[in-house]
Amino acid sequence: MSQIALWGAVELGLVYAFVALGVYLAFRVLDFPDLTVDGTFPLGAAVTAVLIMAGANPWLAAAVAMLAGALAGLVTATLNVRFKILNLLASILTMIALFSVNLRVMGRPNVALLSVDTMLTPFYGHGLRDFMVRPMFLFVLAIVALVVVWRYLESDAGLAMRATGANARMARAQGINTDRQIYLGIALSNALVALGGALFAQTNGFADVTSGVGTIVVGLAAVIIGETLFGTRRILIALIGCVVGSILYRIAIQLALSSDSLGLQASDLNLVTAVLVTFALVLPRLKRGVLSS
Amino acid sequence: MIALDNIHVVFGRGTPLEKKALSGVSLTIKEGAFTTVIGSNGAGKSTLLGVLAGDVIPTEGSVRIGDADVTRLPTAARAGRVARVFQDPLAGSCGALSIEENLALAHKRGGRRGLKLALGHSRRKLFRERIAELDLGLENRMTDRMAMLSGGQRQAVSLVMAMMAGCDVLLLDEHTAALDPGMAEFVMKLTEKIVGAKKLTTLMVTHSMRQALDYGDRTIMLHGGEIVLDVEGNNRRNLDVEDLIDMFRRVRGQTLDDDELLIAE
Ligand SMILES: Nc1ncnc2c1ncn2[C@@H]1O[C@H](COP(=O)(O)OP(=O)(O)O)[C@@H](O)[C@H]1O
Ligand SMILES: [Mg+2]
Repeated sequence: MSQIALWGAVELGLVYAFVALGVYLAFRVLDFPDLTVDGTFPLGAAVTAVLIMAGANPWLAAAVAMLAGALAGLVTATLNVRFKILNLLASILTMIALFSVNLRVMGRPNVALLSVDTMLTPFYGHGLRDFMVRPMFLFVLAIVALVVVWRYLESDAGLAMRATGANARMARAQGINTDRQIYLGIALSNALVALGGALFAQTNGFADVTSGVGTIVVGLAAVIIGETLFGTRRILIALIGCVVGSILYRIAIQLALSSDSLGLQASDLNLVTAVLVTFALVLPRLKRGVLSS
Repeated sequence: MIALDNIHVVFGRGTPLEKKALSGVSLTIKEGAFTTVIGSNGAGKSTLLGVLAGDVIPTEGSVRIGDADVTRLPTAARAGRVARVFQDPLAGSCGALSIEENLALAHKRGGRRGLKLALGHSRRKLFRERIAELDLGLENRMTDRMAMLSGGQRQAVSLVMAMMAGCDVLLLDEHTAALDPGMAEFVMKLTEKIVGAKKLTTLMVTHSMRQALDYGDRTIMLHGGEIVLDVEGNNRRNLDVEDLIDMFRRVRGQTLDDDELLIAE
């Protein structure tokens, strides 16, 4: 793997670190299998691309993208909490709907961000090569997101969210409005995923409606790799695991694709991902099996 | 004070499985009274506690706790008034969270939960002290997950949790039934100590006639969703378990089956 390819893998891993943090909130903290993210990621990209092309400040565009993601999450949460639709199905409904919404937002299947300023523009040209600037910038943002999520989950309010996912009946007996926690958590989760989409658009210079396919699997892969390597006991460690897991996942994919002996091509990506995630899911079980036998 | 007025609870109304769980229960309990509740399986004991806790909204009737009418308030909205320990040791706490995190949750029961650290220095110290009072050595395991504790340890911690924030009523639903005899004894003693020290208004459901008479200052018996016996004061002091079974037979005009699960001792 070339040095540029490695930096590129880290960059993409850091973009999807936001997805991983969001997926962690929904799947692990709230125990809510949320597939909305396959629609929210391109939604974030679409909103940010359209706004930037219309002359908006790129930071503002990312913020609005997060808001749009949160709204999408609220739709899923409403379908589940208010209308009692099974959580998985509720999220699939929103995801499908978002495909149309994203096309409406952009007015066409993709938008290129050519010759406009992005969040990264001010950081280019200070001596570092562009392909190094992008991951460094993303790294700083990811750390900020990680610290915010961590501090929240360690607060009284965050503990209420964790209790909602761990034992909803107990949470209610403690005075926690579990419905509200689901609204809040799923909105927050999708805001993070949409931010990932917004950063994807700004670092890659385009938004595409099809870029969302498999977002959930990639996010889960990152979470599971992190858990396998770091464990789940402490919140901070688990969150760091999400970010590192996301980067390692991209490097693993890059290695698999660039290895000549495997003979894989870019279109095999989804297959490789599925195999990798399956492996990560089965690995802990195998480890336990080996220990117990 | 607690006041239940003409409470009716019907589950699955209008379906073939319709079930009257409570039929016209009226009950007033004085501030600071410790009431024990007995009755055969399916008598409506848990439903009665559910009505007080908010898990069950009555089909008819009204519920007052303290100075408020809480009849239609959902569980979470009245949690500030109601502390509980469940029969299932797994139900009352989060197995995935640590002992101290569970205590932090209970510390804020019914209160506003803001962005303050759930486990700041002073809170950690407070929680540790409270757990140390149990004398189970759990104060050295504050960061262990709740799931690693035994059923009895978990119920003991649940009692501490119930006492972390103030309440108008403490509800105990067969909270020692799932424990081995030694641990059940320990948890009962702890219950008595806590309830006595804080003069808490308490309702305790038990399967044991013995416990029902030995603890508290009033005993009610439910059968078929109705209160069929209500004794306190001297009447109660002069009762023994045999009398209780006799009275039950007389009131119902039928004999007790062994499988009704009323345990004499
Ligand atoms: N959620 C429910 N749905 C339908 N029936 C219920 C429900 N909860 C309790 N019941 C029924 O109501 C009756 C009283 O139950 P319960 O209060 O749990 O009895 P106890 O605690 O005295 O054993 C039982 O016949 C039980 O089957
Ligand atoms: Mg019961």
